[in-house]
Amino acid sequence: MKNVQKNKIKDIFLNYGVILILYFVVQLFLKSGSVSSLMKGLLVPLCIYSILAISLNLVVGISGELSLGHAGFMCVGAFFSASCSMLLKGSSLPPMLIFFIALCIGAISAGFFGFLIGIPVLRLKGDYLAIVTLAFGEIIKNIINALYFGVDKNGWHFSLKDGTAVALGEGGKWIIKGAQGITGTPKYSNFTVGIILLLLSMLFIQHFIHSRTGRAVMAIRDNRIAAESIALPASKLKLLCFTISAAIAGIAGVLYAHNLSSLQALPKNFGYNQSIMILVFVVLGGIGNMRGSILAAVVLTLLPELLRSLNDYRMLIYAVVLIVMMLFTSAPGFIAFRENILHRLFRKEVNA
Amino acid sequence: MSLLEVNALGISFGGLKAVDQFHISIEKKELYGLIGPNGAGKTTVFNLLTGVYQPNTGEILLNGENIVGSSCIEINKKGIARTFQNIRLFDKLTVLDNVKAGFFQENSYSFIEGIFRLPRYFQKEKEMSDRALDLLSVFHLEEHALDLAGNLPYGKQRKLEIARALATNPSLLLLDEPAAGMNPNETEELMDTIRLVRDRFDMTILLIEHDMKLVSGICDRLTVLNFGQVLTEGKTQEVLHDEKVIKAYLGE
Amino acid sequence: MSFISYLLNGISLGSVYAIIALGYTMVYGIAKMLNFAHGDILMVGGYAAFLAFNQMGLGIPLSILFSMAICTALGVLVERVAYKPLRSANSLAVLITAIGVSYLLQNLALLLFGANPKSFQSFVKLPALKLAGGQLVISGETMVTILVGILVAVVLLLFIHKTRAGQAMLAVSEDKGAATLMGVNVNGTIALTFAIGSALASVAGILLCSAYPTLTPTTGAMPGIKAFVAAVLGGIGSIPGAFIGGILLGVLENLSKAYISSKLSDAIVFSVLIIVLLIKPSGILGKKIMEKV
Repeated sequence: MKNVQKNKIKDIFLNYGVILILYFVVQLFLKSGSVSSLMKGLLVPLCIYSILAISLNLVVGISGELSLGHAGFMCVGAFFSASCSMLLKGSSLPPMLIFFIALCIGAISAGFFGFLIGIPVLRLKGDYLAIVTLAFGEIIKNIINALYFGVDKNGWHFSLKDGTAVALGEGGKWIIKGAQGITGTPKYSNFTVGIILLLLSMLFIQHFIHSRTGRAVMAIRDNRIAAESIALPASKLKLLCFTISAAIAGIAGVLYAHNLSSLQALPKNFGYNQSIMILVFVVLGGIGNMRGSILAAVVLTLLPELLRSLNDYRMLIYAVVLIVMMLFTSAPGFIAFRENILHRLFRKEVNA
Repeated sequence: MSLLEVNALGISFGGLKAVDQFHISIEKKELYGLIGPNGAGKTTVFNLLTGVYQPNTGEILLNGENIVGSSCIEINKKGIARTFQNIRLFDKLTVLDNVKAGFFQENSYSFIEGIFRLPRYFQKEKEMSDRALDLLSVFHLEEHALDLAGNLPYGKQRKLEIARALATNPSLLLLDEPAAGMNPNETEELMDTIRLVRDRFDMTILLIEHDMKLVSGICDRLTVLNFGQVLTEGKTQEVLHDEKVIKAYLGE
Repeated sequence: MSFISYLLNGISLGSVYAIIALGYTMVYGIAKMLNFAHGDILMVGGYAAFLAFNQMGLGIPLSILFSMAICTALGVLVERVAYKPLRSANSLAVLITAIGVSYLLQNLALLLFGANPKSFQSFVKLPALKLAGGQLVISGETMVTILVGILVAVVLLLFIHKTRAGQAMLAVSEDKGAATLMGVNVNGTIALTFAIGSALASVAGILLCSAYPTLTPTTGAMPGIKAFVAAVLGGIGSIPGAFIGGILLGVLENLSKAYISSKLSDAIVFSVLIIVLLIKPSGILGKKIMEKV
């Protein structure tokens, strides 16, 4: 039992300590001015991708479902929170409070959409869920690109047709202007905020996994029929897990929206490709392994930036990573091969 | 009043009557066997009793309450727990967590208390671990508590399934071929364990089994199922010497 | 008149979806996997036909055959290398691998052919049909696509129900183990399924590019996903279902583009998928599958 205690402390250090240490090291470098502007620009995205990766891993690794719509939840979080900041901008509230409200709005809205879209989880299995989430991501992108949202003295105006249908009165301002999106979002995101949100997300997810609810979700993942035979409400718990994951992806969206002054729903940032990239982080880092997800997100974000020549092949490498990792970890032939090698390497110890 | 009283239970799959006019009556603390040739519909009966399938006809009375129409989850809450013919464990969870998962419905601490790690979380987790270890020790599995369930040897996996079912604190335990794939020594040990479970937990047990040594060794009464219908029922020794039963097993 | 024209264009687009969806549905029925890369095979088919026709100077019939051959070989290769080793693995692993293959094909095409669209010359030389004094113009592509769609569905149904290989497919889709015991070559049958599905994808690619003549590495992605939606709509695993689903989806997409909003047509199509799955998860003609306990 002493060992268990020791492992717990090690776990806590690896989960949170390493991130904190890295944070302070980076801060030191920033102070000494030896960080290139390219690297500076990457610091917040690193936090964003790490948060996205652990939030998707909660769905893929812990509840055993596949979501291809996480970029969509991120998109919801980004647009709701940026709209909120835009509306509150210029009010008498302090910026940090505005950001906090925007953060809550972003997480709650993404979580709400996750809940709506997660209801099919109650009825569907595996492959279908992947497609429904993919469809959802596309729907969101589609609607936001067609959405006009302005505000004037008479209140809020929406249109899905075109900008002229929204007749803004005197002093009115655009919040979302169709495909042009949102411009002028206040920049509240920075590396410190990113790290704090990453740590909080990690803490939430770890505590969830190691609670009775998390245990039940994993039990359902391993064997749904057995889980229902011991009265675990499978559909409800999967939905809960999915909602939490969507809300955390929404938080990443909030960070994203407040890191850039203009926000558009492009295929590049909120499309299917982004969802795949998050999936690559999860698969490469190890399905169900939160620390691995963060590591993979950091490495795969930094690598192409450091090795510029790699950039053309980046997507290709992602694709190969997905295929090879899956074959290596899941194909019975490969597993036997791997165990055979391990067995040979460690035979001595086993005998001794 | 019997603990379990089933009358005229039936289900068809695409016109085929898999189970027809099934009836059984089990008293408290009884060890009851359900036997019959392969394909007789024994597992289907279990699936009907636990709500995996909904019957076309008949009633299932548990302590006098008709549970037909309830879901698997509700039926487990009402007091029926089961094991599976093809073992269904939570392979990637530890042995301890497999049992602790069975405590889920006890509402030990809330979601919020779990996320924020409030004192109740630690207190209740500790309590659940202790109880799970107690339960595991009945099956001599306590030293495997931190192993992954999927890595246990076959015989121990069967026992873990029983422990997990007991964690939900049932009044009726259904065992689907508990001795399948066990050698004679293991079967012998399993018989002791089943008796122990009955005595220690005041449990009523209904089991499906092909191993006649186990059946004749521990069952008080038997029902024989053939082609989805009850062939005969009664005291174990009488049933096993019944002409009809021997015929059903050996053919004409 | 304009309504009929939108409707016909919708049926034509729907026929393309139907042909792709047939491939999806066959593979799903037999290998029990979602071949996410199916749409990208279509894109490869488009490029192959483009190269054969524009650079190698092959005629139209030879270009079509060339494209079908390339796609068939690719489909079988992908099955052999990426999917076969995972046949007994969990469905999540297979799905992720298929996504990887889809991504791989798209990015290989991007490296080989660049991101700039190639302008694809229509393979259909049939003149447009003018009806009602020129008020209703039906293009040759529309007519050919609809005809090919019907032809493919009929031939496929005949093939499956009247030939030994087709019967073997049915047997494998029911129960792989039992089919093996009955002497069916399961590996061969699965490979054949991928071969047929991929050849159909090539046909769909050529028809799609003839009607919408821009070819990029992501040409196959959206039609692929929509064809999957069509397959689900019709009931995955069912051949008539895939056909009906494809046509319905094409019509729905074109009519919503015409009468509701061109920007929102994709959103409408995908919303229909979600609604159908909520109301009837097994699709229009699908069977309900019960898990064995």
